[in-house]
Amino acid sequence: MQREALSKGFVYTLLIIGGLLMILPFVWMISTSLKAPNEVMIMPPKWIPDIFHWDNYVTAWTMAPFARYTLNSLVVVIASTIGELITTILAAYAFSRINFYGRDIAFAVLLGTMMVPGEVLLIPNFVTLANLGWIDQYEALIIPWLASIFSIFLLRQFFLSIPKELSFAAKIDGCSDFRFLWSIMVPLAKPALITIALLKAIGSWNAFLWPLIVTSSENMRTLPVGLTSFSTDAGTMYELLMAASTMIILPMIILYIILQKYIIEGVARAGIKG
Amino acid sequence: MEVQMKDVTMQFNNITAVDRMNVTIEDGELVSMLGPSGCGKSTTLFMLAGLYKPTAGEIFFGDRLVNKIEPEHREIGMVFQNYALYPHLSVLKNIMFPLKMRKVSKGEAEELAREMAKLVQIDHLLDRKPGQLSGGQQQRVAIARALVKKPKILLLDEPLSNLDARLRLEMREEIRRIQQEVKITTIFVTHDQEEAMSISDKILLMKDGKFQQFCPPQEMYDHPENEFVASFLGSPPINLFPASLMDNLKDVSISGTNDVITLSSPLKEGMDPARQVTLGIRPEDFYIETDEKKQGILGKTIMVERIGRDNLLNVEVQNKTVRAIVSPDLRIERGDVVKLGILPERAHLFAVHTGENLLDSKLR
Repeated sequence: MQREALSKGFVYTLLIIGGLLMILPFVWMISTSLKAPNEVMIMPPKWIPDIFHWDNYVTAWTMAPFARYTLNSLVVVIASTIGELITTILAAYAFSRINFYGRDIAFAVLLGTMMVPGEVLLIPNFVTLANLGWIDQYEALIIPWLASIFSIFLLRQFFLSIPKELSFAAKIDGCSDFRFLWSIMVPLAKPALITIALLKAIGSWNAFLWPLIVTSSENMRTLPVGLTSFSTDAGTMYELLMAASTMIILPMIILYIILQKYIIEGVARAGIKG
Repeated sequence: MEVQMKDVTMQFNNITAVDRMNVTIEDGELVSMLGPSGCGKSTTLFMLAGLYKPTAGEIFFGDRLVNKIEPEHREIGMVFQNYALYPHLSVLKNIMFPLKMRKVSKGEAEELAREMAKLVQIDHLLDRKPGQLSGGQQQRVAIARALVKKPKILLLDEPLSNLDARLRLEMREEIRRIQQEVKITTIFVTHDQEEAMSISDKILLMKDGKFQQFCPPQEMYDHPENEFVASFLGSPPINLFPASLMDNLKDVSISGTNDVITLSSPLKEGMDPARQVTLGIRPEDFYIETDEKKQGILGKTIMVERIGRDNLLNVEVQNKTVRAIVSPDLRIERGDVVKLGILPERAHLFAVHTGENLLDSKLR
């Protein structure tokens, strides 16, 4: 009994330490966002500013066209998430249910591409898009991200766990492949699909490097790129940068809190026979 | 609807799963496809359903050649081993699904679905999801879904194997009742001989993809075409003795013993009788022979077990155990030497190499 309590105490202590470590940067971000410029860099660091500078948020928002950035980010996130869901559903169905020549090899090759580091592809992708004339357009921000091998893999595993007889039964009932996919498979795969959509939305919302490279005009920038407005030749305005960052991550945190039970269910269930 | 298979063959890569099947199933019959696992019975069913396309041969429903017809146009209903209900739809929606696919109006579909639910006695569960039902209830839903579009043929793939013993008994009677109520040609796959014997009009027995025998259960039990059929049906199984046929083609001498049995049925005509044969006797076709002058198989009793109103004897003959079900009127103890007589016309004789039944029984 005592040993159990002891080991439980140990586990909780570890979890609390882990949790604190995870939350520390966020606390620091919020703290900095409320400081006066001269408090940001002082040693020893100050966790709680003397005066809470809420006006930092207003200044940050108005310093750059953040409304435009937000619009761009929303367009990119929504379009690439919907697009990825469509490609993922279709590809996962094909790789799990349709017997076509070379299917398994094609799938192995796709998985293989996951091992190529994304940075390697930056330049070739940029050149391709430049030749298509898409640089500094929504196309450049969206189209390269319409498919994800990882999502296809995740959903394929989920589809494989759905018994084959279900598709036989549907076939006998007079249900076409597409109809079966749409009215049986997709509803069943809801947890996996929500996971995929959420991971995509977060990734896309936070994407920095790619939008930075393919956009040049103010009008096409997304929120993370917009944060660079606070870094100038004269230095970085950390308090404003942090205020803007806080505003940017807020929607994702809220989204995650609402949907987190699906994420965990989706990741845990993929690959396990349901 | 009548179902006819002509030389139907199915090959997967190099494996022949079903080999030249020729069977005609009459309208309204309940037929069990029986055989050990991997004998091709489910494959045959899937070909009838149109889920597999036969490599060769023709399948007719009535006089319509259906080889190239897709499952949804074959007018069939099918029930799968794992029921294959749509987990996210309610029972009612599951039953309505085939009608929805046929663009039946919602009101009419619901009415038909409720009617069908009543037939299979699940009309009180319509709002539940399949996950909230017991195995037997799920099975009923699956049957209702298969029947709701009024198919001409009902196909069931091992429908009872996921149920516990008591429920299995109940459901097989249910299937029989429903089948007779809607008078639908029904084909039923099972590996359980008792199940097949109890509910079917006819049994189609298969082994290694090959047709063995197709006839009513009792006939198959009494007059097996070959040794495999004889040993597959019956529990406890038939006793088989290596034996040789004597020159007079009437007497059979059991190898390793002095026992000789005179056959009461004639050999089939035109058959070149192999001399090396297997004598097959079902446990219930033995009796205890007390007349010293009469024929029988001598052996030492190694176990006596009372089963219901009969006694099951285990008798050792030539180091092999022979099972006999006999009347308990004669008291037999463990260790007694008994002579097992054979009821007239109950002996089966099979050729050693082909397994073929050599005797001409009266029925044929």
